[in-house]
Amino acid sequence: MTEPLKGGPAQAVPHIVFDRVHKQYPGPGGPVTALEALSFEVRRGEVFGIIGRSGAGKSTLLRTINRLEDATGGRVSVDGVEVNHLDEDGLVALRRRIGMIFQHFNLLSAKTVRENVALPLKVAGVKPAEAAQRVDALLDLVGLRDKADTYPAKLSGGQKQRVGIARALVHQPEVLLCDEATSALDPETTQSILTLLSDINRSLGLTVVLITHDMAVIREVCDRVLVLDQGRLVELGEVWRVFGQPQADATRALLRPLQHDLPADLLAALVPDLQGRPGQAVISLACAGESLPHGLPLQALAALGPGATLLHGGLDRIRGHAQGRLLLSVPASGFHIDNARAALGADRLEILGYVHATD
Amino acid sequence: MSTPLIDKYVQAFLETLLMVSVSAVIAIVTGLLLAVVLTVTAAKSLYPRPRFNKALSITINVFRAVPFIILLVALLPVTRFLVGTTLGTWAAVVPLSINLIPFYARIAQVSLNDVDPGLIEAARAMGCRRWHIVRHVLLPEALPGIIGGMTVSVIAMINASAMAGAVGAGGLGDLAIRYGYERYETRVMFEVIVVLVALVSLIQFAGEWLARRVDHKR
Repeated sequence: MTEPLKGGPAQAVPHIVFDRVHKQYPGPGGPVTALEALSFEVRRGEVFGIIGRSGAGKSTLLRTINRLEDATGGRVSVDGVEVNHLDEDGLVALRRRIGMIFQHFNLLSAKTVRENVALPLKVAGVKPAEAAQRVDALLDLVGLRDKADTYPAKLSGGQKQRVGIARALVHQPEVLLCDEATSALDPETTQSILTLLSDINRSLGLTVVLITHDMAVIREVCDRVLVLDQGRLVELGEVWRVFGQPQADATRALLRPLQHDLPADLLAALVPDLQGRPGQAVISLACAGESLPHGLPLQALAALGPGATLLHGGLDRIRGHAQGRLLLSVPASGFHIDNARAALGADRLEILGYVHATD
Repeated sequence: MSTPLIDKYVQAFLETLLMVSVSAVIAIVTGLLLAVVLTVTAAKSLYPRPRFNKALSITINVFRAVPFIILLVALLPVTRFLVGTTLGTWAAVVPLSINLIPFYARIAQVSLNDVDPGLIEAARAMGCRRWHIVRHVLLPEALPGIIGGMTVSVIAMINASAMAGAVGAGGLGDLAIRYGYERYETRVMFEVIVVLVALVSLIQFAGEWLARRVDHKR
């Protein structure tokens, strides 16, 4: 068995590589394709998100990394080790370098928090004294030292996921796989778990691969995102880029809940042109991050003239890039789109329509 | 009540206790082993052997289908081979155990199958070998059900032990049949039944208490 490369020289070896990975399930009406010729690479130390609707194959894709699922074609390698060709010993060794957390936590109900976190060490034959030390350190990290002797059933969802994280980290893995890790949690708890994952990623230099159907999770923690649709890779890139300029329909559909679309009341009042009557132009100002990495200077907005009004919208910061969309109205008379475009950037400004002045 | 009769009660009680406890230990250990084998050799389980699994399953069904009183007689040669005699308390242990093994195997199998597949997946993901999963996940997680099944089985066995009187095994049931039923001494029959009710209640109570103690699911 090839020994995993730790530290220095490993930098040269690609981290997690998918090469034309294919997965078929036998189905009642012939084989069903779950993954279709997926090729991409996960970089060391990044937070890599995989998003898609349910049934897109995210879960299968994630599980081919630690071979909870066997790929039926192509190859997956982790630090140069071919996952598909491992025997049981090799697989056990690989899995001890790859932590995993789950949507429903999957903690053992018959074991206390401490015993749950210690189990991976116990089965690896780590001495109890050393194991206890590592378990305590991890329970401190996830803030559950005082719950060490409690059974999981007595914990809240967020606490259970923290135990799950501690258990996943107990072998000091290089990779953490997150299977819808926040989907069963309320928004506030989701936030705290995502913060914890970000902290771990930064402080331990751990590669995090997460799957979710929630774009907000991707926006919160990921560096890059892969959009999966019916087993195919439809988009891959930096999160701010994918959010700012989604290329695939599947991506746009997933992004819709986060976008500031025109509210229904405004949409109802919108007309294509004013036919000479007084009114306002409704414009949309997109901020896709790239051209204005530091945000949107208010001075530039002054180019819209004195009557400009903010109607709706928002800006998010994603990994240092501003991204979002603002809807504004400006008095139609005296508004020159070209002047505004010159000040704000040509492709960012769009006239959505007009509304008549109300008396 | 005369002293000889009290002696009979005590003797019968001890015979029942001996028969049932020895048979129960044999049946529960073997039954649990079979249940684990049935569970892990199923298709898509840890050691998938579908054909072997099917054969084992059918064998278990055959033994479960045979009525105990017929099993008692049919097993006479086996009993003679194993115990050296076909009469007495020890001779009853063989059919009692064999009667209960498949019964308990099925009960334990249900508990083992009820273990959340997510837990097994988590164990695989953390680098557990397959027998680690049996040892640290399947058995402990199914333990409340395994214990609950023991309670049911031991009580069923006390019931069956009455029929073991047919091979001269003695015991409480035998006392009730011979004195109470055949000699029309209704009082003896009632007294034996009272003792049996107490014994069954005690086992039920102890079993429930133990199952609750190991159950941390709530």
